[in-house]
Amino acid sequence: MKEPKNPDFNQVYCPLPLPYKEKIVLSHGSGGRMTKDLIDSIFNQHFSNPMLDKQNDFADFMVEAKTRIVISTDAHIVSPLFFPGGDIGRLAVAGSVNDTAMSGAQPKFLTATFILEEGFNLKDLEKIANSMAETAQEAGIEIIAADTKVAEKGKADQIFISTTAIGIASPDLIIGGECAQPGDVLIISGSIGDHGIAILAARNQLGFRTTIQSDVAPLNHLIQAVLETAPNIHVLRDPTRGGLATTLNEIAAQSQVNFLLEEDKIPVKKEVQAACELLGFDPLYVANEGKVLIILPEIQSEAALKALKKHPFGREATLIGKVTPMQGSPRVRMHTSIGGTRIVDMLSGEMLPRIC
Amino acid sequence: MLEKFRTKDQVIRILAEIKKITTQPWRIMEICGGQTHAIMQYGLYELLPAEIELIHGPGCPVCVTSLELVDKAVAIASMENVIFTSYGDMLRVPGSNQDLFSVKASGGDVRVVYSSLEALRIAERNPDKEVVFFGIGFETTAPANAISIIKAQERGINNYSMLVSHVLVPPAMHAILGSPSNRVQGFLAAGHVCAIMGYEEYEPIAQKYQVPVVVTGFEPLDLVLGIMETVKMLENNEVRVVNAYTRAVTRSGNLVAQEIIQNVFEICDRQWRGIGTIPSSGWRLKPRFQEFDAEWRFNVHNIHTHESEVCISGLILQGLKKPTDCPAFSITCTPQNPLGATMVSSEGACSAYYHYARD
Amino acid sequence: MCLGIPGKIIQTYEQEKTRMGKVDFNGVELEVCLEATPEACAGDYVIVHAGFAISVLSESEAQETLQILEELDRIQQNQIREE
Repeated sequence: MKEPKNPDFNQVYCPLPLPYKEKIVLSHGSGGRMTKDLIDSIFNQHFSNPMLDKQNDFADFMVEAKTRIVISTDAHIVSPLFFPGGDIGRLAVAGSVNDTAMSGAQPKFLTATFILEEGFNLKDLEKIANSMAETAQEAGIEIIAADTKVAEKGKADQIFISTTAIGIASPDLIIGGECAQPGDVLIISGSIGDHGIAILAARNQLGFRTTIQSDVAPLNHLIQAVLETAPNIHVLRDPTRGGLATTLNEIAAQSQVNFLLEEDKIPVKKEVQAACELLGFDPLYVANEGKVLIILPEIQSEAALKALKKHPFGREATLIGKVTPMQGSPRVRMHTSIGGTRIVDMLSGEMLPRIC
Repeated sequence: MLEKFRTKDQVIRILAEIKKITTQPWRIMEICGGQTHAIMQYGLYELLPAEIELIHGPGCPVCVTSLELVDKAVAIASMENVIFTSYGDMLRVPGSNQDLFSVKASGGDVRVVYSSLEALRIAERNPDKEVVFFGIGFETTAPANAISIIKAQERGINNYSMLVSHVLVPPAMHAILGSPSNRVQGFLAAGHVCAIMGYEEYEPIAQKYQVPVVVTGFEPLDLVLGIMETVKMLENNEVRVVNAYTRAVTRSGNLVAQEIIQNVFEICDRQWRGIGTIPSSGWRLKPRFQEFDAEWRFNVHNIHTHESEVCISGLILQGLKKPTDCPAFSITCTPQNPLGATMVSSEGACSAYYHYARD
Repeated sequence: MCLGIPGKIIQTYEQEKTRMGKVDFNGVELEVCLEATPEACAGDYVIVHAGFAISVLSESEAQETLQILEELDRIQQNQIREE
């Protein structure tokens, strides 16, 4: 091989910053930092009010100073519509039920709107409606209002569902993303990453097959059971898009605290771990649809874990970390499996499978 | 059995051994971006004795793919009737004006594939479209990319072509170690590159520059083993190439894979983004596969690349500076708004630092 | 630069004159091209990168590496006892 002429390392080449200032890209929907920036820069600017500014997944207000109503709203796009463990119907109902339940409220009612693409199969619509009914019954709620619109072929991807859930909460219950305190501990109700991997496998675009099922489930009964034994819970949140890592970062910012996780304690199914390694994903960033993160005083953690484990959706509940005082900026850190420490950042944009 | 390469106790023991044998400061380069990523992800860096400095090399094919090629990719992907396929890593790499992701957002048919054979299958299923595959990577990925060209020719699939950007490790090592500002004293060779190519070609490099080289894997135990073997040699003033990844690597490598590569590719000069042109440091398609070469097929001229001056990727890729030395790091330069290639790729040094260690 | 994961070949087959394998990674199954590992067969472990097997994992070498570590551990423990 001939002697190479050495390049000049002082000459640097750089791209211009990415032009995501003008258009929506898929990363805006990933649930990570780009989603947050989009919401902050457009929606929060125009819609700002005390309830919305709390940045929880639900809003609550008092009626005649004695009844506390909790409302949450959600839109659902998923491909494929039917996946191992569930479908868009179950996802829609469970998703909204869970958002409301994360305030500690009992969800009571749901409204649903459907945008259907011309040509969408009626049998599939029937299956979805049935699934919604079954999930609603499981959660103990009623679907009380709905609307349907049809879009021309090509203008909507088969079916989009939007739901709003309404619940009633005790006026004394103070649960929200801003309530985590140093000294609290973190509990996750079960294994992470199941839903995201199940969906990816079902899409069949990345060539892998697995028996992993989505964990999609309504968690309101589970949460009520835990609240009975651990009434001083500070934060409840379901780590959906963007995964556990993104949820923790959001809460750290809301509460102005730091979190310290123990990697060894975080439950991940071995198939999910394997799929993540194949794709180059980190399970901490993969979506869940049937798990709840609980932040509560340490003294109540044992009772909470006991209550969780009694319930079918909480059998694998574990303590995964603790809340520490903020130093500098809100941060999530983790003791790794080999004893090192690293930052667990928020998801930046869409997670893409990598070869490097 | 493989889980044993991740166990904490073993790793702690090797770290203790490294601490014991280290008597002076040493600077070791790990050239593979995947190893950089793993070291940061496991929080390994801070567990090493302070005397050991790990320098992150330019082993990130996503980072070093030339700006001109990214712009060509964007140009081709924006064409009507083209299905542009790529490994996921490349989608967010910024070109002069946009990246492949934004081409997708504007309606271009850009698809992530997990293998080149998948791209070939897309070509078969869409005979009326042109399917282009972005063939990037170091030696590890070359046989995987090459096989699709061989099969395309065998099966007469005429609507498939590849935009090639392969880079090679040994010329990069020569360039780094031969530079007057070189600080590297020991080298961790990329385990999977060596699984393909073997490690014979590192022996003359080690001798020429008097730098010990250790073929290293990717599990935490592999990484600390690799570092330990390097430090041992440095402390004893030995210069050899040692294989610490024997379960996957042999001295001559995978000869069948090498044959596949030689069938399809030939050496060429390559431009490394952030560094410059390194002679004979890349592979391109052999003339008899010209019809499968996307650059030839699409004739993309008039590509004007725009460079900026804030980013110090070049200095970081050579190991002269750390991401945290850069005034833009995590302030104006973040993964959402990268100024340089090393912040874009999930395994670029800046990205790894940002995600795992920016405090 | 090289995300390569070890998996176990469940079955080999030919697809359009290309040697392929069904490879299992702890319950996740992937179709992998085996053209560069013609000696690999069902039951073998291969390192897979970009849907392509790049190397057959040598179990004996893996065991040997682990044995070296156990030896190192024994030496360290003896040294601790001597101190």
